[in-house]
Amino acid sequence: MAPRPERSFGMAVDTVACVGCSACVIACKSENQVPDGHSRRWVNQEVRGRFPELKMRVWSDCCQHCEAAPCVTNCPTGASHYDLATGTVQVSEADCTGCKACMASCPYDARFVHPTGFIDKCTLCQHRLMQGRTTACVEICPTSAITVGELDDPGSDLSRLLRSRKTRQQKTAAGTRPRFFLLE
Amino acid sequence: MSSREWTRRTFLQAGGACGVGATLGSALPLGLLDAAARGSVPQAADQVVPTVCEICFWKCGVNAHVRDGRVVALTGNPHHPLSRGKLCPRGTGGLGTLYDPDRLVKPQIRVGERGSEQFREATWEEALDRTAEGLRKVADEHGPEAIAMLYHGAGGSFFKTLMKGLGSPNVAAPSYAQCRGPREVGFELTFGEGLGSPENLDIPNARALALIGSHLGENMHNTQVQDFAEGLGKGMRLIVVDPRFSVAAGKARHWLPIKPGTDLALLLGWVNLLIQEEWYDKAFVRSQTVGFDQLAAEVARYTPTAVYQETGIRPELLVASARELAQAAPHALVHPGRHVTWYGDDAQRSRAIALVNALLGNWGKPGGFYMSSNAPLAAEAGLPAPPEHRPAADRKEGEHLFAGSTLASGLRDATLSGEPYPIKSWLVYGSNLPIVLPDPRKTIAAIQELDFLVAIDILPAEICGWADVVLPECTYLERHDDLMAPWFREPFIALRQPAVEPMGDSKPGWWMAKELAKRLGLEAWFPWEHPVELHHDRLAASGYGAEQERELVRTGVLKTEAGPMYLPEGSDYAYGTPSGKIELWSQQLADAGFDPVPVYRRPEMPGPGQFRLLSGRAPVHTFGRTTNNRVLLEQFPENEVWVNRAVAADLGLKSGDRVLVRNQDDAETGPILVKATERIRTDCVYMVHGFGHTSKGLRAARGRGGNDAALITRYATDPLMGGTGMNVNFVTLEKVEA
Repeated sequence: MAPRPERSFGMAVDTVACVGCSACVIACKSENQVPDGHSRRWVNQEVRGRFPELKMRVWSDCCQHCEAAPCVTNCPTGASHYDLATGTVQVSEADCTGCKACMASCPYDARFVHPTGFIDKCTLCQHRLMQGRTTACVEICPTSAITVGELDDPGSDLSRLLRSRKTRQQKTAAGTRPRFFLLE
Repeated sequence: MSSREWTRRTFLQAGGACGVGATLGSALPLGLLDAAARGSVPQAADQVVPTVCEICFWKCGVNAHVRDGRVVALTGNPHHPLSRGKLCPRGTGGLGTLYDPDRLVKPQIRVGERGSEQFREATWEEALDRTAEGLRKVADEHGPEAIAMLYHGAGGSFFKTLMKGLGSPNVAAPSYAQCRGPREVGFELTFGEGLGSPENLDIPNARALALIGSHLGENMHNTQVQDFAEGLGKGMRLIVVDPRFSVAAGKARHWLPIKPGTDLALLLGWVNLLIQEEWYDKAFVRSQTVGFDQLAAEVARYTPTAVYQETGIRPELLVASARELAQAAPHALVHPGRHVTWYGDDAQRSRAIALVNALLGNWGKPGGFYMSSNAPLAAEAGLPAPPEHRPAADRKEGEHLFAGSTLASGLRDATLSGEPYPIKSWLVYGSNLPIVLPDPRKTIAAIQELDFLVAIDILPAEICGWADVVLPECTYLERHDDLMAPWFREPFIALRQPAVEPMGDSKPGWWMAKELAKRLGLEAWFPWEHPVELHHDRLAASGYGAEQERELVRTGVLKTEAGPMYLPEGSDYAYGTPSGKIELWSQQLADAGFDPVPVYRRPEMPGPGQFRLLSGRAPVHTFGRTTNNRVLLEQFPENEVWVNRAVAADLGLKSGDRVLVRNQDDAETGPILVKATERIRTDCVYMVHGFGHTSKGLRAARGRGGNDAALITRYATDPLMGGTGMNVNFVTLEKVEA
C-alpha cells in the first residue's frame, strides 16, 4: 500500500458521454511523444446480447493509478513507484531494467515496452498536474467524458461526480484499489 | 517471448490489422516522434498559432503548437465557437497529414497514358504555363463554359474567383448532390430555408432527439458531438433509427433497426401518429403552417401496422418513439442528417423529417431549430463585372427544378454526353472524384472526353493519376485562406493562417489561382498581393478596426454579437416559402408535378443471397482523405465488412476472414476483413467509406481494406434536385482463402 500522498489525483470516464472516438489516445501520443505502434490509452467497446436486444458500453481507458499497485510491489528495482506529490503511479526510466515483472502483474494491461527498453505507461500527465494544468486527454475530449481531479478534495469536480453518479471500478477483486472510475 | 506479445493492445493491433498495422510504425516511420525528446513537454515554451482545421469541413479552430519550425501538437482553440477548446481525433491527428511522407511537393506533368500515374516533375513556371494554356485553348475552342471546376474545401474560393473571371458557371462541389443537397431541398420546400453547416440544431437543450441513419459519435463533427454528449448528460431521450447498432444506438432509449430503404414509411408513420393521437402542437400548426388537413388525409394510410410491414419496426416501438418525441416537444428534434443521398427519394424523405419537426412545433424553440446569426463580413469589393455566360451544364432545362446548387454529377454527365453543351476541361480542387462520384466507370469515361484536366491536391489521390497537370497545394497548416464567417448560434469570423512554412515546393491555392489569373489576362480579379490584404479590406469595409483585426490574428477568432437564438412566443416568422408559412402540403411540388406530401414507394430490395451495401464513417477518418494519415491509420488501419453473425455463419464466414465483395454489376472490392456481428440486420452489410485506395502514391492507404465506391455502380437520381442515392447496390461475399 502506498504511503499517504500529499495530493491524490484520480480519473473518471463518463460512459454515457464517451463515444470511443480516440481523440484522447492521439492527444496523449502527441503530448507524451509516445512512439509509433504504442499508446498509453485505449478505447474499450463492450457489446452484449443478441440482435436486436443489444447493450453496448464504450469507454476510454488507461493505467488505473492503483493505491495498491501490483506493478509497484513486483518491481525489483523500485522503478515503478508511487509519486507522493500526486498520488499517481510512475516509472523511473533510469531505474527500469525492462524486466516486465510489472507488466505481468498489472491486471489492466496498462503497460508496454518502450522501444528504448524501459516500461512505459500513462503518467496521468504528472508534468502538467504539477503545473496546475489538466491532462492532455481531458483537454482534448470532445464529449468532456474524462475528468481528472483530487480525490481528497471534496470540492473537486471529480469528487462531485463520484458523489452524484453511479460508479464502477474495474477488476477490484484484484485488490488494487484503483483511482480510476467509470460513471454509468 | 518478444516484447510485442507482452501487451494486449499491441497484440490486438497486430491481429486486427493482419500484419499490416503491426509493421506500420517501423516500415513507414513518421519522424514525428523523436524518442530522445519524449517525456515532459513544456508546452508553455511553444509558439501557438491559432488557425482553422481542414481535416474535415466542419472548420474548427485549432491551435498549432510549434517548436523549432515543426508543429508538435494540435489542440482545440478555446476561443473558437466550433471547437471550444476541444478537437475530434482527426483534427488531433492532423500532423499525420502535415508530415505525410507521400505528400505532393513538386508540380507534375503527365508523361504516360491518362490513369497510368506516370509523371515528370516540372517547375512551377512550366506547370502553370501548361495549365493556363490548357484552359485557354478549351475556352477559345468551346467557350469558357466548357471549363468545369469540381472542388471541396475552403481553398477552393480562389479558384471559384478564377472561374468567375473566365466566365464559367460550371462550378460544383459533390458535397451537394452526393451528400447533403436533398436535405437542404426538403427543408427549403417546407420551412423556406436550408440548414447549412453547422446545422442550426439546438441539441444541448433537446429533451428528445431522433437520429435517422446519422451516427453521431462515429461521425465526429466536433461541435455537434459536444452538443450530443451535453444533451445526453442532461437526460435527453435518444431514438436511433439505423439498420446497424451504432455507437449512438448503444446510447439510445429506443433503437429502431429499420429495414434499409423504408425510412420514408417510418417517418410518415410518425407524422400519422402525431396527427391521429393529437400529439402535435396544435397552436403552432394553426398559426405557422398551411396544408394540415391535406397532410392528415394523405398520411392516414401509414398506420403502425402498415409501417411495420414495410419497415420491420414493431408497432409498439413506432408508437413509443413517436410518443417520446411528442412528450418532449417542442424541445424535441428529428435530426435532419447530413449525408442523405440514399435511395433517390431523399429530398422527399428529408421533407418528411421537416414535417415531423413542424408538427413538434420546434422551429425557433429551445431544443429545436435555433435562429442562426453570422458576423457581418463584406464581400470582396472592386472586382470586374463577370462576363455573360450560358446557364450551367449540369442539368437540362426543366430538370431537377429544386436543385439549389450546381450538380457535380450533372457536370460529369454533361462531360460524357456533350449535352447540353460540351465540357472539355476540369479543374479539380481537393476532390477525389473517382471515389466521390457514384459509378466510377462513368467518371473515368468522362475524363477520357476531356482535353485538359488539372488536379490541385495535397496528396496523390486517385484523381491526380488521371490529370494532365498536378499542382501540389500545401496543407491548411501552411497557408492562408479567405476569412470564414459561418451562420451559427454564436457569430464569428475565423482566420486560417500558416503555422509553418510549406513543405517542399508546395504552394497555397491563392498563389496558384493568382498566378493562373496573370497568365489568363485576369489579373483584375486578384487585386491584392497577399490574402492578408484581402482580409484587411473585407474587415475594414465591414467596420472592424485595427484592434479587432489584431485580435483575429492573435486568437484566430473575432466574435460579434449574437441575435436572439429563439423566437419569442407568438411572434410572426416570415418563412421563406411562397405562402410565408411552413408548407405541410406543397403547392410548389404540386405545380411541378411532384407529390405535394411525400409518398413512400418501396424501393427494389436485394434478391436471395444478396445484401444491400451501406456505408458510413469511423471517428478517426474523413472519407478517403485521411486513410493515408499514419497517425490516424494507427487507430483504425483498415475497414471491415460488417455481416450479421448468423448470416456469416450460414456463409461459413467468421470475423477475421477476408472476402471479396461483389455487386450486381460484377464490380468488386477487397479482399476486406469480415466483422461478424450481432450489430447489424441480416439483409444488409456495412463498411466504413474511404478505404481500398489504388493510387500508387498513397503508400500507406493503398490496398488497405475495401472501397465501397467501387461497388456504387448504380445510383438512383432524385427527381426533385438531382441528388444521387447510393444505397441501391446489392452485393454478395466470396471468401478468399488465406
